[in-house]
Amino acid sequence: MSEILVLVEHVEGQVKKVTLELLTLARKLGTPSAVWAGEGYSPDAQAKLAEYGAEKIYVADAAEIGDYVVAPKAELLAQLVSEKSPAAVFVAATAEAKEIAGRLAIKIDSGVLTDAVGMEDGLLADQSIFGGGVNVHSRVTKGTPIVAVRPNATPIEAAAGAGAEERVTVDVSDAAKGARVVERVKQEKGARPELTEASIVVSGGRGVGSAENFAVIEALADSLGAAVGASRAVTDAGWYPHQFQVGQTGKTVSPQLYIAAGISGAIQHRAGMQTAKTIIAINKDSEAPIFELADFGVVGDLHQVVPQLTEEITKRK
Amino acid sequence: MNIVVCVKQVPDTATERKLRSDDNTLDRDAADGVINELCEYAVEEALRLKEAHGGEVTVLTMGPAKAADTIRKALAMGADKAVHLVDDALHGSDVLGTSYALAQTLKKIGFDLVVLGSESTDARTGVLAAMLAERLSVPQLTFANKVEIDGTSISIQRVTDYGYDRVEASLPAVVSVVEKINEPRYPSFKGIMAAKKKPVEKLGVADAEIDASQVGLANSWSEVVDFAAAPPRAAGTVVKDEGDGGVKTAEFLASKKFV
Repeated sequence: MSEILVLVEHVEGQVKKVTLELLTLARKLGTPSAVWAGEGYSPDAQAKLAEYGAEKIYVADAAEIGDYVVAPKAELLAQLVSEKSPAAVFVAATAEAKEIAGRLAIKIDSGVLTDAVGMEDGLLADQSIFGGGVNVHSRVTKGTPIVAVRPNATPIEAAAGAGAEERVTVDVSDAAKGARVVERVKQEKGARPELTEASIVVSGGRGVGSAENFAVIEALADSLGAAVGASRAVTDAGWYPHQFQVGQTGKTVSPQLYIAAGISGAIQHRAGMQTAKTIIAINKDSEAPIFELADFGVVGDLHQVVPQLTEEITKRK
Repeated sequence: MNIVVCVKQVPDTATERKLRSDDNTLDRDAADGVINELCEYAVEEALRLKEAHGGEVTVLTMGPAKAADTIRKALAMGADKAVHLVDDALHGSDVLGTSYALAQTLKKIGFDLVVLGSESTDARTGVLAAMLAERLSVPQLTFANKVEIDGTSISIQRVTDYGYDRVEASLPAVVSVVEKINEPRYPSFKGIMAAKKKPVEKLGVADAEIDASQVGLANSWSEVVDFAAAPPRAAGTVVKDEGDGGVKTAEFLASKKFV
């Protein structure tokens, strides 16, 4: 079967779950080869990638690759596409990986599709557009298809691959060294999963009422091992940091379970969460549009319902 | 400093957005066209940089004739002049074609700094700024929530999942901005009146030295094969909280094996 390159997402040497999803997906359409770019590669990482089906692992772990914004990784992938002639390149639909995909597309004169929520035979991509209102099938018509796939699009399945490591040397060009990362600032994040990657997201909206009250949302999230999200009303009011905003001008999430508490469900919010598999809504207003999406809804005061739910979940553990 | 701010007219999110059944492209007539929200932050940032460092702000848009409304909005906010890339040959260009057409135009009109919003609300690819940097061979400073310029040096805070990266480069460069970088100003009455007299240069494909075989629907690198309205989600169960709403929700979660 034909080779599909999968760009590995990793943080502090750990392979992120979305990469395992991409490997699982690539196995259905071809033979996955993982591409490791940047520092942190280890035997553990190799084992993980092999466990989920990577036949080959191309490793370019020179520090230089991470010292500049996006461009060196695009150069690495362009080099691999030219050497290996893969059938496709898959990346995660994260902000940075999409940018890598975009620059790669120009370098190899190939089409790029972003935010696929599924892939079918013939490298046909499923996309959900206009805030989830329209489903689209699209495909690349020129060059080597490059597809950015949303996290949580595929349930992960282990299936051992050879995981044969192949070292790749990249000479980062001067052109790719234009934007240098001089400092990485880590802001407190705690132990919660990353918003776009999380299987479960608990979001709070205007109904939460204040920054202090967000503790109620956080407690529910922690009882489920979930990420915390917020509506725009909340981030505009300064109750919760902007990077947690779910919606049209914030993050798009596609988790297995999305719990919306005190969120009315305006189109701007729905655009960021409508492809969630299961949706639960808790809102005082029975007319709130969020109930149209909800698999299960409670009309009531989130300040009563959410703490009771947290307690009940904790009890059942 | 010669700042070019790229803006896009998009269908209003509050109206029903559609694809055209004849060629699967965005139906720009079906919905009201408005300035893409993140572009307002880009215009604001461009104006602030001009106010701090001097120079002028040129608005650049690619789009059909009706996109002129979006140009006027940016001019009313305070931009000095505009270039409208408008040509039927551009219809249906995908992001590769669009980035090529805009890059050619930027080369033609010249720039020290290009500013964009990080994403549009219609296509939402979030890749255009990176692609412009690639095509123009200039530094990519994207997803900025802070921009500082000192002479020909530029630094930004690039928003990341864990916080931000501080990134440095030299001008010329491409910057994209995120929401919350600033508070876009409302056009004043005076600004709206002044905008009517500001120069708007219309360029066609040939004027901008764009190779017509690289743009338009037929020359795109990707295609929409088919589309359909998303099936409505099956109606769920909605209960009224009678003091047991949390327990009932937990029962639902248990039935779905989430707990």
